[in-house]
Amino acid sequence: MAESVVVNHVSKTFTLQNARTLKQRFVRRSRSERVNPTFLALDDVTFTVQQGEAIGLMGLNGSGKSTLLKLISGVLRPDKGEVLTRGRIAGLIELGAGFHPQLSGRENIYLNAAILGMSEAEVNQKFDEIVAFAGINKFLDSPVGRYSSGMFARLGFSVAAMADSDIFIIDEVLAVGDPPFKKKCMARIREVRDEGRTIVYVSHNTTQVRKLCTRAIVLEEGRLSFDGAVADAVHHLRYDEDPSGDEDGEGGEI
Amino acid sequence: MTPAVGAVDRPDLGPLRPPGDTTGLFGVLKRRYLLKLLVQKELKVRYQASLLGLAWSYIKPLVRFSMYFFVLGVLLNLRDSIPLFALHIFSAMIMVTFFTDTLNAGTKSVVKNKSLVRKMNVPREMFPVASVTVTTYHAGPQLVILLIATVLLGWSPDPTAFVAAVLGISIMLTISLAVALAFSALNVTYRDVGNFVETIGMMVLWSAPQLYPWEFVADRLGPVGEQIYLANPVAMAVLLNQRAFWVPAVDSGETVMPDNLLMHGGIMLVCCLGLVGVAQLIFARLEHGFAEKM
Repeated sequence: MAESVVVNHVSKTFTLQNARTLKQRFVRRSRSERVNPTFLALDDVTFTVQQGEAIGLMGLNGSGKSTLLKLISGVLRPDKGEVLTRGRIAGLIELGAGFHPQLSGRENIYLNAAILGMSEAEVNQKFDEIVAFAGINKFLDSPVGRYSSGMFARLGFSVAAMADSDIFIIDEVLAVGDPPFKKKCMARIREVRDEGRTIVYVSHNTTQVRKLCTRAIVLEEGRLSFDGAVADAVHHLRYDEDPSGDEDGEGGEI
Repeated sequence: MTPAVGAVDRPDLGPLRPPGDTTGLFGVLKRRYLLKLLVQKELKVRYQASLLGLAWSYIKPLVRFSMYFFVLGVLLNLRDSIPLFALHIFSAMIMVTFFTDTLNAGTKSVVKNKSLVRKMNVPREMFPVASVTVTTYHAGPQLVILLIATVLLGWSPDPTAFVAAVLGISIMLTISLAVALAFSALNVTYRDVGNFVETIGMMVLWSAPQLYPWEFVADRLGPVGEQIYLANPVAMAVLLNQRAFWVPAVDSGETVMPDNLLMHGGIMLVCCLGLVGVAQLIFARLEHGFAEKM
């Protein structure tokens, strides 16, 4: 057994408002207000993910899920504690993050893949697969700024999902895209999981989490409030009490 | 439902370590392919939707050169006291333009790539390094033009000229990299940097012997003032470039250059390398806060 992601007593504080000019700083200090009010986004969070595990990260909006994902992907650094990972990470913190609107689909595929750590040979080898999955053949040489939001999202998912990674991070990606594409994405995510890669999956969709993940972690106001079986997590969050919840049709199509 | 996949052991993945690249400039060197793509992106985006495109990077220096030559050479009549005044200006202008271009583009480099910095894990030093590379790409042809012009005007370089050229270009590259690194990081937290940079750009224009000859500085500043003047890396790079191209094209005896120019240049290069180190430290320190401050 090998650990893939270790989150050890991690806290992250954000500055709410920057008093940037000297004048503002002086005024705030003279009123004995704090110069920069802060907000504790993550409070002493600890958990470990084993290699090949698929965990669902759940919690209400503002509970710290995205912050945690950014810490795991290395975009943010913890203020206290430590985050450790093993192997290459492909993150979907936001679909199409890092796409440049003025570059063509082709150029963006190469750039995005290189950012995810792929070499030129690797991208060349996977290029057709990426394009086919995204289904954008016709528009490959148009700037992605002119893509429809669905095409943009499909291309973003496609690059990250085809990249070789040991840890795959997905943040609410299936909120966009039409049902057939969502289905395709879920199938791809399952493939990734079955290849023995670690998955950290953020979603409010309990059906998806239940079908994909073996374990769930629940955050509440920055604190880890639950870590265990998915069914119990859903119960813990009381998502199962609301029949009109997030169980939209697509989730059931896995 | 697919049966749950249990944990698997993958000893090939190496040890646990903090995510995110903290190897700084070395990390950039290791990922040259990504750097190449970022440079290509920058080159493509910079002049997109413009009619003249890349030609702008020649038109602007050409117009500037013509203005300098007309006002200072013709109106103020510096042409008479400085031999090959056009070459004097041009060999200096390449250096000064390079510096102000990297200063401006480098300072904005991290902020301009906001979406990448906030959402993706890239060695952030990539951005200032890419912007210095883009400027080098634009400056290359100018150097070729300078070389052709010098040869046509009767360039007879001595070995010192070659050493001076290499030293001058090296100083320019290192100081530009240092400045781009430090200011791009500071610019994330303090937007004052934009104004500061404009001010420096203006000072650099006048504090290198571009529009007036070194002779004036030597005559009027005295030994202490001279040393202060030579402590400016841009002035040093300009002098070295003039030593390489302008001096060997002029009949000997008509030009004045500082004593021990090559030694001064060597010391300056070492100092600039040190500054790159300092800039890297500043960058590494501030980089932690990039994603949340933008």
